Amino acid sequence: MKKVQFSGIAPPLLLIAPQMAIVVIFFLWPAAEAVRTSFFIQDPFFGRAVFVGFDNYVNAVTRSDYLRSAAFTGVFVTAICAISLGFGLLFAVCADEVLRGEGPYKTLLMWVYAIAPPVAGLIGVMLFDQHIGPLVDFFAFFGWELQTGVDYWDTAFAMTVVAAWKQIPYNFIFFLSGLQGIPRSLREAAAIDCRSPARRFWTVVFPLLAPTSFFLLVINITYAFFETFGVIDVMLKGEPGNNPVSLVYKVYLDGFRGQDLGGSSAQSVILMVGVMLLTVVQFRFIERRVHYA
Amino acid sequence: MPDASFDAAADAPSPAAKGAARRAPALRLRWSSVFNHGVLIFGVFLMMGPVVIAFTSSTFDPIAIHRDGLKLGWGGEFLSTYDTVLFEKSGFTKEVNGLLMLFNSMVMGLGFAIGKVVVSILAAYAIVYFRFRGATVCFWVIFSTLLLPLEVRILPSYEVVQSLGLLNTYTGLIVPLIASATGTFFFRQFFKSVPEELLEAARIDGANWWRFLVDILVPLSRTMIAAIFIIMFVVGWNQYLWPTLMTTEEGYFTIVRGIKQIMQVWIGANIPAYNEALALAVLAMLPPVLIVVIFQRMFIKGLVETEK
Repeated sequence: MKKVQFSGIAPPLLLIAPQMAIVVIFFLWPAAEAVRTSFFIQDPFFGRAVFVGFDNYVNAVTRSDYLRSAAFTGVFVTAICAISLGFGLLFAVCADEVLRGEGPYKTLLMWVYAIAPPVAGLIGVMLFDQHIGPLVDFFAFFGWELQTGVDYWDTAFAMTVVAAWKQIPYNFIFFLSGLQGIPRSLREAAAIDCRSPARRFWTVVFPLLAPTSFFLLVINITYAFFETFGVIDVMLKGEPGNNPVSLVYKVYLDGFRGQDLGGSSAQSVILMVGVMLLTVVQFRFIERRVHYA
Repeated sequence: MPDASFDAAADAPSPAAKGAARRAPALRLRWSSVFNHGVLIFGVFLMMGPVVIAFTSSTFDPIAIHRDGLKLGWGGEFLSTYDTVLFEKSGFTKEVNGLLMLFNSMVMGLGFAIGKVVVSILAAYAIVYFRFRGATVCFWVIFSTLLLPLEVRILPSYEVVQSLGLLNTYTGLIVPLIASATGTFFFRQFFKSVPEELLEAARIDGANWWRFLVDILVPLSRTMIAAIFIIMFVVGWNQYLWPTLMTTEEGYFTIVRGIKQIMQVWIGANIPAYNEALALAVLAMLPPVLIVVIFQRMFIKGLVETEK
C-alpha cells in the first residue's frame, strides 16, 4: 500500500461500493447457495428441500456416468494442454528465429484467439461432418472412418482438436513474448559455448521459459475445464446422448436438464475446491515468477 | 537465436578454416530458415484454413455444399446469403435477425468492457489510495472471485438473477459477469507502481481525491485502460454460457448465443442451411477479430501484462 494516502471514510466506501455490491450479490450469494443446496435434495415439483448431509457428494462421485465424465475430462484436459502448448511453443520458437516476416506471421497466427469457443465449435461441426466434412475425408484416406456424434471416442477426438486449436494462439502469444524477453547477450554467450541449436534451446532457452510455461499450463487447464463449454455444447448439438461430456458440462446437464439441484451443486462444489487448489498453486508461483523475472 | 550471425561469431576465431566456415553457416542459415518458414506456413495453414473454408463455403448454396462438402472458391451466393442472415427475421417468434443479434452483442461487449473498467478503477483506487476500516476484508472478498469462474456456480447464479427479475434484460446479461476481479487486480498492480511523489505534489497543489483520480491517475493509465477495454470487449462479445441461460426471449439473443439456435434447427433439417450457419459464424467472429488485429500491439501488451 502507499505511504501517502487520502483519509476519510465516505470516499473509499463510495468508490468500492459498486464492486462490493456486484461481488456480494452475484458471487458470494450464489456460491453460498451452491454450498447450501449441495446438502439438500430438492423436490422439483413441491419445492421442498430435505437435508441429506453428504449424500449428494457420495452419490455424485460414485455414479458411473460421473466417473466416466471425470475420466474423459482428464484425457480431454491433458490432450488439450499437450497439443496447444506444443504447437504454441513450436510456432513461437520459429517466429522468434525468422529474420524477416515475423510481423505478418504473428498476426496470422494470433487472431484466432478472438474467435468465440462456440463459433469454433460450429466450424468444427462442419469440418467433422459425415456428409460435408473435409477432415472426415482426410482421415478416411488413412483408413479411419470417423463417426463424429455417433462414436464416443471419435466425438471426443473432434472436440479435443477444436478446443486445442482455439487455444494455440494464446500460448503462441505468451511463448513469443517470453522468448523475446530473453536478453540477447545471453543467447550470444550460449551460441559461443554451444554450436547445436537444439541443445542450446533445451539447456538455455527452455529453462528460461519455464515460468511462462508453468503459468500457461495453469491457464490451459482452466481453459480446458471451463471455457470449452461452448465447444462441447455446440459440437454435441445440445444432445449429449452417449457422447463424452466434461465435468463442467455435466454440472449444467444435471442442474438445468435433469433438475437434480443437489447433485449438480455438489458437483459444482467439488469443482470449486479443485479450482481453488489450482489458483493457490498459481499464486504461489506468481511470487516466484516475480523473483525470477 | 541459432541464426547465422551467432554461428559465424562462434567460428570467427579460426581463420584457418575461413572458407569452410563461411560456407557452412550460410548453408545452415538457409536450411534452418527454410525449416522455420516451413513450420510457420504450416501454422498459418492450420490456424487460417478452417476459417477460410468456413467463409468460402458460406458463399455457396446449401445444396452444392450438401453434394460436394465444404468448398473453397467463390460460390456467388455471398450477397443473398448474408442478406438473409442479416435482415430476414427468423427464429420461433420471427423476432430476431442477424443485425439485431449483432446489436445485442455490441451492447454486451461494450457494456461489459465499460462496466468492468469503471468498476475496477474505482475499487482499485479505493484499495490503493485510502486507509479505511474493512479495507482488508473488502480486498479479500473481491479477490476471492478470482477463485471461482462463473461456470462452477451457474445454477445458483441463475436463481439469484431470476429472483431479482433480471432474466432477459441487458443488466442481467452484463452485470453478473463483472463480478470477477481480474480488472481490479490489474489496476491495483498498476496504481501501486505509480510514484508516490505524484500524489504528494497533487496534494500540495490542493487536489482532492476526486481531482487526483480524474486529472492525474486516469490520464496516466490511458494505455492500460485501452488495453483492458479491448480484451474485455472480446471476452464480453464471446460470452456463451451465461447468455444461453439468461436469455430465452429471442429479442435479447447475442450472435454467439444465436449459434446454439442454429444448431437446434439443424437437427431436424433434411439439408441444413450450412451456408447461413457459416455466414452467422463469420459475422460472429468478425468484430472481435477486427479489433484484435487492428489493435494488435495494444492487445498483446494488455494480455501479457494483465496475466502476469
